[in-house]
Amino acid sequence: MNFLARHRIILPVVSLAVLLAATFYMQPRTMSYFGLNLLFNLAVPIALATVAQMMIIMVNDIDLSLGAFVSLAACVTATFVNDTPVLGLLILLALVLSYAALGALIHALELPAIVVTLGMSFVWGGLALFILPSPGGQSPEWLRALMTVKPPFAPMAVVAAVIISVVTHLLIVRSGIGTVLRGVGGNARSVARAGWSVIWLKALAYGLAGLFGVLAGMALVGLATSADANIALRYTLLSIAGVILGGGEFTGGKVSPTGAVIGALTLTLAASFLSFMRLSPDWQIGAQGAILILVLTARLIFSRKGAAT
Amino acid sequence: MTISKMLLGAASLALVAGVAQANSHMAETSDKRIALSNNYAGNSWRQAMLQTFKETGEEAVSDGMVAAADAYTTSENQATEQAAQIQNMILQGYDAIVLNAASPTALNGAVKEACDAGVTVVSFDGIVTEPCAWRIAVDFAAMGKEQVDYLATRLPEGGNLLEIRGLAGVFVDDEISKGIHEGVAENDQFEIVGSVHGDWAQDVAQKAVAGILPSLPQVVGVVTQGGDGYGTAQAFKAAGRDTPLIVLGNRQDELQWWADQRDASDYETLSLSIAPGVASLAFWVAQQILAGEDVPKDLTVPFLKITQDSLDDALASTPEGSVANVSYALDDAKQVIADAK
Repeated sequence: MNFLARHRIILPVVSLAVLLAATFYMQPRTMSYFGLNLLFNLAVPIALATVAQMMIIMVNDIDLSLGAFVSLAACVTATFVNDTPVLGLLILLALVLSYAALGALIHALELPAIVVTLGMSFVWGGLALFILPSPGGQSPEWLRALMTVKPPFAPMAVVAAVIISVVTHLLIVRSGIGTVLRGVGGNARSVARAGWSVIWLKALAYGLAGLFGVLAGMALVGLATSADANIALRYTLLSIAGVILGGGEFTGGKVSPTGAVIGALTLTLAASFLSFMRLSPDWQIGAQGAILILVLTARLIFSRKGAAT
Repeated sequence: MTISKMLLGAASLALVAGVAQANSHMAETSDKRIALSNNYAGNSWRQAMLQTFKETGEEAVSDGMVAAADAYTTSENQATEQAAQIQNMILQGYDAIVLNAASPTALNGAVKEACDAGVTVVSFDGIVTEPCAWRIAVDFAAMGKEQVDYLATRLPEGGNLLEIRGLAGVFVDDEISKGIHEGVAENDQFEIVGSVHGDWAQDVAQKAVAGILPSLPQVVGVVTQGGDGYGTAQAFKAAGRDTPLIVLGNRQDELQWWADQRDASDYETLSLSIAPGVASLAFWVAQQILAGEDVPKDLTVPFLKITQDSLDDALASTPEGSVANVSYALDDAKQVIADAK
């Protein structure tokens, strides 16, 4: 397992390094404190959303409502958290708890998560429109300050990525409860036989996803300074791609928190790289897809070889 | 690594010095690079806009007015993508960014980053609220009101109006509609008896109007938002009703229909919209700011109005499937700036 875990992380790291080197070559201005921050600061909310998605994928489910949920969290942050902080934070807490309840519901009624979350995406989207019918709101001062902080040595985006990956690594890979949570994805029945309540574990996994989703929304508002109801719709697919790019798999609780963060950074960087290449926008989505397929093919070859030896 | 960092430092110092110099007096802009950040290219208006920007930019580059004028469109119409695009433009070292924004507020963070890096940001059409950026706004409410004012001159005895709205929940739709209702309040001989969403598309408008027509009394005039006039006319025709006075929105199919009706039955109306060439106006405004001109932060774009007299010229110069356009020159930009002062 340890060997495999180490293996799993190599490919995402190599992909990111290659892409980063190519970007530095194309646009030397990015090779600075200022440049790295501009290149990666919008990857911070994506990384948080990817970690949220990873929590769901870890228990063998998939979340199609994440983009709408992050948008809603962003709308709440730009309105209630700014105007009435206590009420705002209570609403965010309620959002996290409702995610946990959703996880319990999906398990208890044996509903397919893909359908429930697709349905919920309209609920979250509707609530976001209800809070902010037209774009607006304002980022709380402290959040703006946090997202534009200039730490010594490394830019905010890099520091944040390291913190996110270390915290989630400790939580999911190192801690006891993390191991059990991954076990739910691997073999829920044996986890249940070992005396754990799977419904609580699922609720916990979804609750963690909700927490990271809320953090993603807050980070996004801190960067964008305001919100609109559609601000993060792209995050649904980006986060799934990020998890897979980072070495996660759809089944078996096989996920890598560090890989997920790296996957999010790689996706963000790929978009910038294509833009620096002056590629026509008509081709950009296709090219982004091609990069994704390339990495996954490499992984397949990699794992086949690993299985053969 | 360290050498390149030093070089970069020196380069940014030179850049800052250059900007400072530009602020002190009318400066040369031949070494300045301007980029267009665009969020959407999927309709005739945006295609015409990109084309005009390209033509204006190429001419300005060959005349030595600027060093580069490059257009970028995001692959998806999302604020987060456009924010990343703007940040990339800062890294690419552009001196000015001309921006048609996906969101009036969600790009403010990226725009602020650009301003802090010494990049001039000029937003137009889809404007941003960040105070450090310039705004070339369209007075959509005035556009709505002007339609009713025109109807009042043509139909002094008044009557029932049908209102075609745009895409629900979009700022532009609210503004134009607000202007129309203001106009109706001032001209109380008119009454709006029906309102449908045509989504700025002929087929949607046709379906929506066909659906509401049976429930309406006689309609003397239709106020529209552009892109919906032709569909409305078709719906009236299909229902066997008299064609009311439909205010049009400069689309080629609308102008063609107008010309046909005029030849057949002396039909007379007015067509007005914003020319996609506003991108070229924004380009020249950015150039003027880079040249050190003192430009107010809020500017207003004139409408492109087509009347009975200018119909033939407008129709001749508008390609099929496109929208009537006008390319703004440097002098037009200077005029707009002077008007705003």
